[in-house]
Amino acid sequence: MIQERLRQKAKELLESKAVDLIVGFGEGSLPLRATPIFIRNPQEVNRLIWNSFCGHNLSTYLHKLKSLKVGLVVKGCDSRSAVALLLEKRFKADQLFLIGVPCQRMVDRRRVKRAVQGEILRVSAQGDELIVEGEDFKTTLNRKDFLYPSCQVCVHRMPLRADVLLGKPVEEFSLLETHPEIEEFLGKTPEERWDYFERETGRCIRCYACREACPMCYCTECFVDSSNPQWMEKGLSPSDLEFYHIVRAYHQTGRCSGCGACERACPMEIRLTYLTQKLNEDVKELFGFETGVVGDAFAPLSTYDMGDKQEFIK
Amino acid sequence: MKLRLDKKDFHSFLRGLMVHYELFAPVQLGEGVSVYKKIGDPSEVALLPSNPQKPAKEVFFPQSETMFRYGKVGVQTEVTSTEKVERKRILLGPRPCDLKAVSLLDSVFAGKDYRDVYYVNKRNATTVIGMACDQPLSTCFCSSMDGGPFFREGSDLFLIDLGEAYLVEVLTEKGKAIETNEFLKEADTNDLELAREIEQKATKKAETSLSLEGIEGRLDRMVESPFWDQVGEKCIGCRICTYLCPTCHCFDIVDEDLNGKGERVRHWDSCLSSLYSQETSGHNPRPTNRERTRQRLMHKFNYFPKNVGRIACVGCGRCVLYCPADSDIRETIKEIQKFKCQSSNAK
Repeated sequence: MIQERLRQKAKELLESKAVDLIVGFGEGSLPLRATPIFIRNPQEVNRLIWNSFCGHNLSTYLHKLKSLKVGLVVKGCDSRSAVALLLEKRFKADQLFLIGVPCQRMVDRRRVKRAVQGEILRVSAQGDELIVEGEDFKTTLNRKDFLYPSCQVCVHRMPLRADVLLGKPVEEFSLLETHPEIEEFLGKTPEERWDYFERETGRCIRCYACREACPMCYCTECFVDSSNPQWMEKGLSPSDLEFYHIVRAYHQTGRCSGCGACERACPMEIRLTYLTQKLNEDVKELFGFETGVVGDAFAPLSTYDMGDKQEFIK
Repeated sequence: MKLRLDKKDFHSFLRGLMVHYELFAPVQLGEGVSVYKKIGDPSEVALLPSNPQKPAKEVFFPQSETMFRYGKVGVQTEVTSTEKVERKRILLGPRPCDLKAVSLLDSVFAGKDYRDVYYVNKRNATTVIGMACDQPLSTCFCSSMDGGPFFREGSDLFLIDLGEAYLVEVLTEKGKAIETNEFLKEADTNDLELAREIEQKATKKAETSLSLEGIEGRLDRMVESPFWDQVGEKCIGCRICTYLCPTCHCFDIVDEDLNGKGERVRHWDSCLSSLYSQETSGHNPRPTNRERTRQRLMHKFNYFPKNVGRIACVGCGRCVLYCPADSDIRETIKEIQKFKCQSSNAK
């Protein structure tokens, strides 16, 4: 079992002092949740878990742990973020020990919540089934119908770079032919697209959870916080909200692993990944590039090549 | 006085109120996402079984609020006041936790040391129609915070959902102004009995046993504890737990202007943000999440009790529900409460 091997490996790494700490997933205090945990003591490795609710991208913590050697538990998408961060020289390669876990695709807690009436108090995943219980109900759901949108279309469940791989390799395939939210967005007229974008961003409360949850958002000073020059105001006017979300998405071009952590973090349930995933698709189509898939390839918008076709110059 | 309002009359009742009052109530922005907003038509009101994401504090202390406008007229600068609240207001739908939080905000914005004209004017103009919380969640811990799902303090009128109708309790003089209304009938004994049952059931469901005894003193001794490393380590540094907190009330004041014309605005601010404590020199006395998460906890359970004698948490559970790192304040409190044992053992 992956969880057992994970604990064993973590213990080994800590005992041999190969790493200073392990960053992994622990049991959350609420059903349908895991929580990031930080383990330094080999006696505590049994707090590590692996299940269908390990949705955080733990690479986001790496920025704060620069002086340490970290054993990081990664799914496919998380490993791609870690690779991208290595390329951006956020830390040295020997500071990082990636404990790779093939991902079974993560369960979207909001989808599950919407499928039942009443508060969910207990959830267990058994194979393809999710058993959901509340005060006066118990339902069995098909796990496959309750995955995060980003997980449904994922074709890199296997960590592409890992110092150790736990669990058997999984076959790579998307559960859906196309990304449903991108399809829907592309089916709209430009005016309808703008309305949709405006409606979604209109809920933003500028808590910046999307920024903080994202491993790739690490600017020392984010453009929204800059006061000299001041790029934007601090309130909730539509133009400021739209400006923030457009720039946030654009800054991810060729850097986003499509993990979906931004959307999961949003308390106002703003759709965000239709933008970043579309940019990912564009980068793949135009440059044949996917974030963190080839370890030493720079993101196309972060590099320069004499052979660039520069077709945009007419 | 206890009255009955049939749900079929609810919209007409609200429409009637809107002739004399501006109405603020929860509005759904998306599936399962709601906030308090000014209502244009009663059909917008969404009284859902649980709290909106953003707390009711927003009605008195908006996330962004213009304090005054200014502009050049010839060689003079003209200032326009935005202090006055033009119409009477009704706040509909806040639960007891949010209203208890408003009473805490009163001690900040309308306390003995300061009177914030923007807050006070809105408070004075507002009649509060509170809503009983008949479906407390497992994340609620109001009963451990001197509150409860049927706690009536802060409501001028109090609604209890009876299924087909609401029981309307008139609790204050302000509330009495609404009492004579064609849609409000006298409640019968069945209504009262049903309301009592609902109250008992909800109160029992909301029972929690989170102990806060001695937390203020314990925190006094914990300022330099390595405990805060643990709390801060998990925090990703977003502002959810402060913006969605009904008692958090920090703000930042900025001038937003262009070509000599503009306004002074105050926006919510958050101690979890690095910018909050950043000084002009570049120095930041709270450089990491360790100091920032400590500040948040200290303010609620130590500084606020020291200043006004009350704990600044009402147990609404929003920070538990919405934390992207799944940090649970109840667990943090329990850890703090254990600290006593450790230190007294050491003695």
